[in-house]
Amino acid sequence: MSEETTTEKLLPIRGANQTSNYADTTALTARFESSIIEIIESLGEITVIVKAESIVPLMMFLRSEPNFDFNFLSDVSGLDLGEFAAPRFAIAYHLYSIKHNHRLRIKVFLDEENPRVETISEVWRSANWMEREIYDMFGVDFINHPDLRRILMPADYEGHPLRKDFPVRGY
Amino acid sequence: MMSTKEITIPTASVTALGKRDPLGDQRMTLSLGPQHPSTHGVLRLEVELDGEIVIGARPDIGYLHTGMEKTMETQKWQQVVTITCRMDYLNSMGNDLGYVLAVEKLLGVEATPRTQVLRVLLTELNRLSSHLVWWGTHALDLGAMSPFFYAFNQREMILDLFECVSGARLHQSYFRIGGLMADIPDNFLPLLRKFTDQFPEFLQMGNKLVTGNRIFQSRTKNIGIISGEDALQWGLTGPSLRASGVGWDVRKSEPYSGYETYDFDVPVENTGDIWARYIVRMREMEESLKIINQAVAKLPAGPIQSDHPKLKLPERDLMKEHIDVMIHHFLLASEGFTVPIGEVYFPIESARGELAYYIVSDGKERPWRVRAKTPSFLNLQGLATMAEGHLLADLIGIIGSIDIVLGDIDR
Repeated sequence: MSEETTTEKLLPIRGANQTSNYADTTALTARFESSIIEIIESLGEITVIVKAESIVPLMMFLRSEPNFDFNFLSDVSGLDLGEFAAPRFAIAYHLYSIKHNHRLRIKVFLDEENPRVETISEVWRSANWMEREIYDMFGVDFINHPDLRRILMPADYEGHPLRKDFPVRGY
Repeated sequence: MMSTKEITIPTASVTALGKRDPLGDQRMTLSLGPQHPSTHGVLRLEVELDGEIVIGARPDIGYLHTGMEKTMETQKWQQVVTITCRMDYLNSMGNDLGYVLAVEKLLGVEATPRTQVLRVLLTELNRLSSHLVWWGTHALDLGAMSPFFYAFNQREMILDLFECVSGARLHQSYFRIGGLMADIPDNFLPLLRKFTDQFPEFLQMGNKLVTGNRIFQSRTKNIGIISGEDALQWGLTGPSLRASGVGWDVRKSEPYSGYETYDFDVPVENTGDIWARYIVRMREMEESLKIINQAVAKLPAGPIQSDHPKLKLPERDLMKEHIDVMIHHFLLASEGFTVPIGEVYFPIESARGELAYYIVSDGKERPWRVRAKTPSFLNLQGLATMAEGHLLADLIGIIGSIDIVLGDIDR
């Protein structure tokens, strides 16, 4: 076995009295006041709903600002709010900072007619596949994405399976 | 197996030695998989080769896509457990745990102390069995046959333990929202003791057999290196990230199910090569064993099902006396329970990395959306960075070292 490395110092460890580890958003609201639509706190989790057009500068800021330091993109998830909902689609970005051990959820809403949002694969390269999956499953277009192809379904497949109007069986 | 791009006859291409290179600067594209034993399932790689050197590796996934996230939307909250355990089939307990904890957070329910300890115990056992499969197949990929049999012997014992508690060996669905399927049977703890007593001996033998092996070391050291910065950029988690010097383990940073009460280390290595990922997983097995022993020592007595009226079926005797209790039972059994409107993001540490569930509820008896962020999906993204510039034979070792499970990737 190789030499032992002390790990305790490197690890982010949540304190005993820390119940929620979601980041304080005051600095974000100060900087991006006009792009933030709403901030929701529920179950100890903070969701910041922002305008779709400002997603890239906002993510850049969250990544580089030392107080946030979100160096890890935990998840990008698509959400169909239903055929009759307006706006119909939402994309939830889950960010994590290893240094501060905090999280944040950023959400954008997209229209049914033309669901498109700028890619954040420039900010975190790991967004590449996750955005491809959303494109595949929901038909959301990611502007400037380096490699926007279907990822799970066959390349010649028609339709977007995770949309609510896509039938579960007998298609 | 093999497909080449259209070949154009090379003109005068001269190698460094001054001799004519018959292939010139031509590249070959090799389609590796999806039906190849060393791709650990149905992974297909489009490998671009210059001679035997890998220039680029493009994973092509989706062969195992079964639309699990879509199926979950059609199932009742409790039934989803049967799907989550089929995602990462080597770490099914961990997958169930993440889902169950996420829904419990939405419901505002906390599992009883006995359930929490049992969940940790079984999840760590599952981590052991998952790492054992990795260890056996990884060594097999690199040319060592016998470790595979030793590893599967050990795994067999763990699967027997799972069969003992839940009746199923692979897809246990043992964790339920608010509790467990049933309490553990009387013969479980003696059986577990039998396993844990001999396991350190196995680890020692395994280290002698593979870790100390010179061929194995020379095939793994300095191969498939990924820096900590790159690993984070590509979204790597779990042992693959910790082998690159980033010590992040969800069990420590955001402890769930009482992990903060266990004393264990998180192994971190700094070199980021196949060897480092190997060492991290080998040492993780020791740590898991430590957690299992602690869990057995502190296993409290008490109920396994939380008292939440939505989650607990009423007592039989009460049902015979009161019509409203009877109706409650009927509704629970036929329609299931509802979960308050809301959304929750719950990360746990699976055997492969950060596994997170993003669950949206619209207040009905079925989930509106269950998104499973699976670790293998992102870990595979780092493959191209690791494989670049190495031999094709080393690519097989690299695939083994990130420990992907295709069910976890394609869902």
